[in-house]
Parts: sequence; structure tokens; C-alpha cells
Amino acid sequence: MSDKSIQVIEGSEVGFATTRVDALLGWARKYSLFQYPFVTACCGMEFMALASPRFDMARFGAEAPRFTPRQADLLWVVGTVSQRQAPVLKMVYDQMADPKYVLAFGTCASCGGFYDNYATVPGIDKVIPVDVYVPGCPPRPEGVIDGLLLLQDKIATGDRTPAVVKPRTDPVPKDLVSLRRSAEGDPVSEAG
Amino acid sequence: MSKVVLKRLEKRFGEAILSTHDQFGDETAVVTPEVWHEVALFLRDDSRCQMDHFIDLTAVDYLGRRTPRFEVVLHMRSMQKLHRIRVKTPVAMGPDGENPKVDSLVDVWKGANWFEREAWDMFGIEFKGHPDLRRLLMYEEFEGHPLRKDYDANKTQPLVEYREGYEKQAPFGLPEGMPFGRQVHDRWKVHVAGRQTDGKTNILGFEED
Ligand code: SF4
Repeated sequence: MSDKSIQVIEGSEVGFATTRVDALLGWARKYSLFQYPFVTACCGMEFMALASPRFDMARFGAEAPRFTPRQADLLWVVGTVSQRQAPVLKMVYDQMADPKYVLAFGTCASCGGFYDNYATVPGIDKVIPVDVYVPGCPPRPEGVIDGLLLLQDKIATGDRTPAVVKPRTDPVPKDLVSLRRSAEGDPVSEAG
Repeated sequence: MSKVVLKRLEKRFGEAILSTHDQFGDETAVVTPEVWHEVALFLRDDSRCQMDHFIDLTAVDYLGRRTPRFEVVLHMRSMQKLHRIRVKTPVAMGPDGENPKVDSLVDVWKGANWFEREAWDMFGIEFKGHPDLRRLLMYEEFEGHPLRKDYDANKTQPLVEYREGYEKQAPFGLPEGMPFGRQVHDRWKVHVAGRQTDGKTNILGFEED
């Protein structure tokens, strides 16, 4: 527990910890997110990958799907939401019990994506509040995991302002070379 | 391949066939809207045509390029004779901006039902005699017909009220949202306005030679 709001005090035979109630609740909530997947379009394939053993959402305590919104804490909106579907999304959100969190999965859910037209909701935040946006068309599972971790941080700190997952950058080859150089303290020869 | 069908059409309807052409083996006849239903019946029942397979029915909006403005397009095929033909008819808006009207073909081919509903939904073409002309894809509350060229490309008609303070734009700020789409839409508006005033630019915004 690296969380500063929880202090472990040692010295007696059993030891004990002090914390605040809201911090304890946040800590408990962030590792037991029951999710309701609202999957409407192609991003769903990436969502399935995320739930599969390879990327393994279960590591973060968010693997249990609940197919009734009344038992869910986290609403995944995965894919394009059309104007016709928006009332359904709103109803699902309204049925969830507090505290509830929403993650917009993919560009379509975040801002409508390239469907800038008469039929598509230009971002689900026009209809329901969103906690975390994960851009990408579709986002890589790693990006979504970043989003999930971001959400868990926000839950732990009680922060409800919307956040966007930052893009990851792959290290460019130049940096790799300089990393190796500094590690060995000597330039790597071309042949090596 | 299906020239015989065109010949029979011309022989039977004469003046009512406005033009015919074929390209890459696709035969097309343009007919007047008055004979639209008759042509369909003839094509289905004539022993040399036997168009028993309805394929597609849709419409095109040629706003600013042609008068009359709309064209209804029908594709069909004959299972027996292996003919394939396309029939088009130009339809105009009414004098006071009423919806264009053309006969329904549901009594000729049942399959035309949903296609005509779609054409009504998207282009606002009224099919006279259609048993149940409701919107197919959009919702009842939707106003206007989205595939008409004069439908504002940026306009949405939400069923649920948008939350306050959220415009139709990306949460990440405009530059990261839809730069390409938005630019084209704005340019479109400017040029349509320009065309109406100076009459020099065409609908796509290019100077006309
Ligand atoms: S963001 Fe891309 S992949 Fe995801 S639903 Fe939209 S179009 Fe499909």
C-alpha cells in the first residue's frame, strides 16, 4: 500500500494501520469494478481481446461483467452510439446505482469519430457524464488498460473530472541507441 | 446483353421512354414518371422480359445540376431470361416545395416495400399507393430528409437532450476533433451561397468554364 492516506504503524505485536474512511472506500472500489459492457460497434472486437487471457482485465479487478446495469459500477461504452440508441444508453446509465463510472472506449464513443453526420451522437458525453476517454480507432488494449488504471487512480483520489488517456509513444531507434550507450558508458560500434 | 428488353420497352411505350443507353453491359432506360408503374408491370409480365427479381430501388438528388432535381432508380433482373436492367425516372419537387411523388411499386414486387420506405426516409420521395410509408432508418421525430443535398451536413436532431455546455465538438478541442470534415462542410456552405449570388461557381465550388 503505497497510498499516502494509509499508514501502517508497526511496533506492537500485531501492528495496525490508520486511514480515512473515504480513502478506504476508494481503495476497495477501485479493485472491484463490476462492469456493464455497452458494446455497439467494431471496438467490441478490441474489447473482447482486452477481456481475453492475453491482456487479462482480471489483473485489475475489473473482469466481472454484469448484464444488468443495476449491479454494475463501471459502464463501458464501446463503439458508435446513434441518435436512436442514445435514449437506451441514458436509461442504462440512469439505472446504475451510485457510485458509477463511465469509460468511453474509442473515438466514436468519445467524440463521434469520423461519423460526423446526422445519425451519430457526437460523443456520449453529450448524453451522460464520462470519467475517462480512451481515444483510438480502435484503441489498443494497452491504451484501454491505461484508461482503466487512470480510472482507478481517479477513484482512489475521489477525482471526478473527465480525463483523456495520453497516447503512448514507442521509443524511436535513436533513443534506444543512446540508452545502450549510456548504460555501457561507451559508444556501441556499428558492427556490434 | 439485355438490349432486347430496351427494344421492347421502346416499341411498347414509344415517346414515354426519354432515353436509353448501355454501358459496360448495363442497360438503362429513362422513363417519364407517368408510366413508371406501367413500365414495371410490363417488365414483370411480358413474356420476353419476365423481370421477376426485384434487386434495388433508390433515389439520387441532383440539386443544382439537373432539373427535375430527383431521380428514382430501379434495378431488376430476370431469373428465367438472365436479363438485368436499370430503369430511372426523373421526379420534381412540387411548385411550393412539396415532396416529389411517384407511383409505388409494392403491388408489382413486394420486395420494393422497405426500399421505398428508405427512399422516403432519406430523400423524402412520396410513393403513391404504398401500404405503409413510414421512416425506415431514422426515428419518427426526425425532421427533414438527411440525404437531400440541402440538408445541413452538421445538423443533428437528438432524441435525448444534450447536457448543458456540450456543443457538437470533440472533448479534446477542435484541432484534435474532426478537422477534415468540418473544413469541407464550411467550404460547402460558402460555395453554395456563392453560387446563389454570383452564379459563376457550380455546386462543388469550382469556377465554371
Ligand atoms: S472508434 Fe473506430 S473501431 Fe471503434 S467503433 Fe468507432 S469506427 Fe469502430
